[in-house]
Amino acid sequence: MLIVIGIMFLGIVVGYFIRSKKVIIKISDKLIMWAIYLLLFLLGITIGSNRIIVDNLANLGLNALAITIGGIAGSLITAWAGYRIWFKPKERDHAK
Amino acid sequence: MRNSFTILLFFVIGVLVGFYSFAPIIIIENDFSSWALYLLMFLVGIGIGADPNSLKAFRGFNFRVALVPLFTIIGTTLGALVVYLLLPNFTFTDILAVGYGFGYYSLSSIFITELRSEELGVIALLANIMREIITLLSAPLFALYFGKLAPIAAGGATSMDTTLPIITKASGKEYAMVSLIHGVILSILVPILVTLVLS
Repeated sequence: MLIVIGIMFLGIVVGYFIRSKKVIIKISDKLIMWAIYLLLFLLGITIGSNRIIVDNLANLGLNALAITIGGIAGSLITAWAGYRIWFKPKERDHAK
Repeated sequence: MRNSFTILLFFVIGVLVGFYSFAPIIIIENDFSSWALYLLMFLVGIGIGADPNSLKAFRGFNFRVALVPLFTIIGTTLGALVVYLLLPNFTFTDILAVGYGFGYYSLSSIFITELRSEELGVIALLANIMREIITLLSAPLFALYFGKLAPIAAGGATSMDTTLPIITKASGKEYAMVSLIHGVILSILVPILVTLVLS
């Protein structure tokens, strides 16, 4: 799977050098959409033909929701702390 | 790049096709999808390299701005740890991998399907779509109660495109560049972190 990351960085370098070729970039963007559609369509087929997963779909959704809430809540807390320490404009004259 | 409705539609059609077994078994073979994945990653790379925003992101890079993706990564990791304690059926790395999708559901679900299982891939798809939707709906509340970086951190990788307008509205224009840089960095990190966690 590290190959995939290497391929992405190769793409970044190639993309940088051909950034003025708007037509190629446009075609590339279109292809990305279709590659994603295709892969998720294939994932859908795999899921749909798997009875165990289909029967558990609601359950999987609940697990997904739990992970999302956890990730967002954690991010909110660290973002809040980081904002107070490094970003918030200093209040110089507040009473103690 | 993340046209959520169309993507979901393709996924749902796929589920129906699979469920009513219209599809020949051969299509489901994995070799095919890993080649599609290689192509996809190359194209995603080209998109990042050619995007003037990525260049802007690297020029606007400084110590404080670089911290913001770190907040998101640390926060998501802590959140995943709590969820792990509540959902004992999962390993910590499985939950962490889903969390490290940072809202980039198309890529993370495909990666996780390849690296772990279809089941976790579906969880990643749903969880990361929810991350985007919740951020879209709650960005102003997040900014109000948790400060101006909060909507950015909640948006994860989507803070560079789909959630950028609402973040700019909630946190102010001066945070648009921070949001953009945050999204670019996390988008590049999604495949890297997911792979590291699951291998």
